Order: sequence, then structure tokens, then C-alpha cells
Amino acid sequence: MGNRLGTRTLTFSRGPRITSRYTLVGPREGKGPYALDFHEILADDSLGQKTAEKTERLMLELAIAKTLEQHDTSIDELHFLIAGDLLNQITTSCLAASTHAVPFIGIYGACSTFAEALGLGAVLLQGDFAEQVLIGTASHYQTAERQFRYPIELNVQHIRTNQVTVTGAAAAILSFADRGPRITHATFGTVVDMGLKDPHDMGSAMAPAAFRTIKEHLADTGRTLADYDIVLTGDLGRQGSKMLRLLLEREGFEGLERLQDGGSQIFGDWQPVGAGGSGAACVAVMTLGYILNALESAKAKRVLIVATGALLSALTVLQGESIPCIAHAIALEQ
Amino acid sequence: MQPEEYQQLVQENLPPRPIVKNMLWAFFVGGLICTIGQVVLTIAQNFERTKDEAAAVTLAAMILLGTILTALGVYDEIAEKAGAGVAVPITGFANTVTSAAMDFRREGFLLGMGSKMFVIAGPVIVYGILSGFVVALIKSLVLGLF
Repeated sequence: MGNRLGTRTLTFSRGPRITSRYTLVGPREGKGPYALDFHEILADDSLGQKTAEKTERLMLELAIAKTLEQHDTSIDELHFLIAGDLLNQITTSCLAASTHAVPFIGIYGACSTFAEALGLGAVLLQGDFAEQVLIGTASHYQTAERQFRYPIELNVQHIRTNQVTVTGAAAAILSFADRGPRITHATFGTVVDMGLKDPHDMGSAMAPAAFRTIKEHLADTGRTLADYDIVLTGDLGRQGSKMLRLLLEREGFEGLERLQDGGSQIFGDWQPVGAGGSGAACVAVMTLGYILNALESAKAKRVLIVATGALLSALTVLQGESIPCIAHAIALEQ
Repeated sequence: MQPEEYQQLVQENLPPRPIVKNMLWAFFVGGLICTIGQVVLTIAQNFERTKDEAAAVTLAAMILLGTILTALGVYDEIAEKAGAGVAVPITGFANTVTSAAMDFRREGFLLGMGSKMFVIAGPVIVYGILSGFVVALIKSLVLGLF
């Protein structure tokens, strides 16, 4: 088991890298503080499509096409496509994948999907099962709202713990090419269910999952939070980030100033988005945009991505089930 | 940490709800909608023969208003501030039907819009009729006994 470290962490000695990437976001995300970190900001969130589901698919296809363009590779040279999204039966990814003749691994991890894809891609490369892996994910405010919540135009007053699904898509190619940050470790999380049931406060539900994965990752690697320049949690939002800090403080963790959160930061304080952003695209565009820019410009040397996901469905909420949550951690190095 | 302990910690750390602000917004926006309704009713009484007919015209006008504001994508923006102030009046009922109709239009007229149009408004109708029946039953029993 030479590729394992401690109880849960995987190490990638062969040095798989994120060698090309593309992020695109909707107009609301494009008005946020990280607008300059994204490759493309859509002028409208429909892209001229008749339904938001079609738009979401097109966004993912665009992100994939642009990533391939940047990598100067053809689709035939790819060994796998790993993709997932929020919609039932991950239809966005399946439809987007149907346009490419690449072996497709469809995954679901709610908002943690991106980190799951990143980790699995690195595993395939490390295991010599692939030389180039394409990963991608997308989410759209309207499709998620329809599936998990209410009709778009319904008179709903959002409360302060609510998060807004990010409209965006991201894709990347993982390979051994000599550029881009290295993926050094992956810690796949366990499902944590603290019995919380409020679908309007998923941040609080997900915080214990992030806490457990961070704790296990640090224990396995013998590192502290301070060993990372940035620890980017995905989509905990303002409320979830607050809960994660409380949990870490209670157990005496230090270096909390390194914590950042994709959901809290993707939108500005001036934007009416409750506790922040969420959605499969949120941590994906923040990682492939903001974090990778920081690594490339040497503003950060080592970063830990902790993408969280609330594994609920519209039915389980109505049936009174609690919200099972997960978090996957991926360590990136310059 | 035990789930109960964590749930307690979450409860202690929830952001406060701006109840007073919400109530003021709901009161004034809801009041404004009712004032518009009253203006329409007063005008309608000038050319309708009975008060009931004038009321029917008023309801239709307010439903039209709610529907137009929903179609323009404005109603949910107002609701974000005004909450129950726009949910309770009949304009809010029009909004639930219109917003669902707009959403499910993409799945076709029959199995989409037609069957899902009342997905939010349905419970209001069902339990509205049920509670009306129960109240009427109580009334007739009470009046019948005495």
C-alpha cells in the first residue's frame, strides 16, 4: 500500500498535475470579488438556450472544449472523462459526455463533486491507468432552484443561512505534462450526519464533515493548517464557515487564519445572496480560477482544497430525513 | 462530538432573524397592495351594479397585477424584502400559480405546465376548502343547537 498515508490519505508520488483548465461563470458571479480570476463571464445566464438545463449542459461543453483547446490535445488522446453535476441522474454530465467518445465516469458528490473528480483523476494517473484525464462539473442557479427548492419566480424570502447556487462550469486536464500545480495528496471523506434537517442551512450541516476530513488529513500527513498557505473549504458559506471555526477551535487547532471558503467569497458582501454561494461549480471555479492563479503567480505555494457536499434530495427533505454530508480534501503544490 | 451536542451548538450560533424589520416591510408592502385593491374596488363600484360584482372585478384586477409582476420577474424580488406582505394577499396566490406555470412550461403544455401549475397553490386550495367546510359545519351545528 505504498500510495497510502495514515488511515485515509492517498499520496501521488508520480506527480500528476493540473495542466490546463477553464472556468466560466454567470453574470452574478462575474460581479463578485473574484471576477478577474475566471476565464470567462457570461453576459446572460441563458446562453440563448430555451431551458436552463440546456444552458447548464452547454456551459459544461464550452468549458471542456476550451480546456482541450488550451491543452492543444485532441479528445482521442484522453483516457477518461470524469464529470458530475447536481441534477437528477447527473444528466448535464451525461449529455455533455455524449458528444465525446471518451470513457466516461459519472460521479455525484453534490457540491464536493469537483474534488471527487480531481482525486479520482489523480488516482488513475498514479496507478498508470491513464495519461490524460479530463474532469468537469457545472451548476446553474435556475436548475438547482427548480430541483431542490421552488419555482424561480416564487415569492420566497430567503433567510440568512440560505446559499445561492453558483451558475458556472469548470473543466481541467490532469496529466504528467511539465506545467501546472501538482496534486500531492487526496483525503476522501466519510459521510457525516449530525442529524441536522434544515435544507435552508446546509452550511451548518456540512461543517462537521469538513472538520472530520481536515482533522484526518492533518493527522495522516503530520501537517498543521499553517503548513498550507490557503485552506479553501468549498461552499460552507458564512454560517458553515463559522461552525467549522468553532469546531476547530474547540479541539485546539491553530492556523485558522489560513481558512478561506469558496461559498463565502465568490459573492461580495453587497450581493443579496444570504450566506453565500454553493453548487457543484462553486468550489470548482474558485479552485481552477482563484487558487490556481495564486499558485501560478507564487502567491501561494501549497493549498488544501476541502470541498463539501450535502447529500440530500428534494424527497429526503420532505420525508424528514437528516442531511448526510461529505468532504474531500485535495492538496495542491506549486 | 455527539449529534445532539452539535445541534445545540448550531442553535446557539444561528444568525438572528430581523423580525422587526421583516414585520415592518410586510406591513407596509402588504398594506400598499391592499390600498391598491381598495382604490380599484372604489372605482369599480361606480360602474358595477352590486358590491359583489365590484369585488369580483377587484380580485381579477389584483390577480392580473400579481401575474404581470411575476412574469416580469419583479414579484420574487419584492418578496425578498416584503415576505408575507406579498405572500398573503391574492397577488401572492397569483404568483404561486404563474411562477409554477412559467417554470414547468419547459416540460410541455400538458404534462409540464398543465399538471404542475398548482404544485405550490394546490395545498392552499385543498386546505382552504377543507377548513371552509369545517368552519361551516361548526357554524351550522352551533346555530342548529341554539
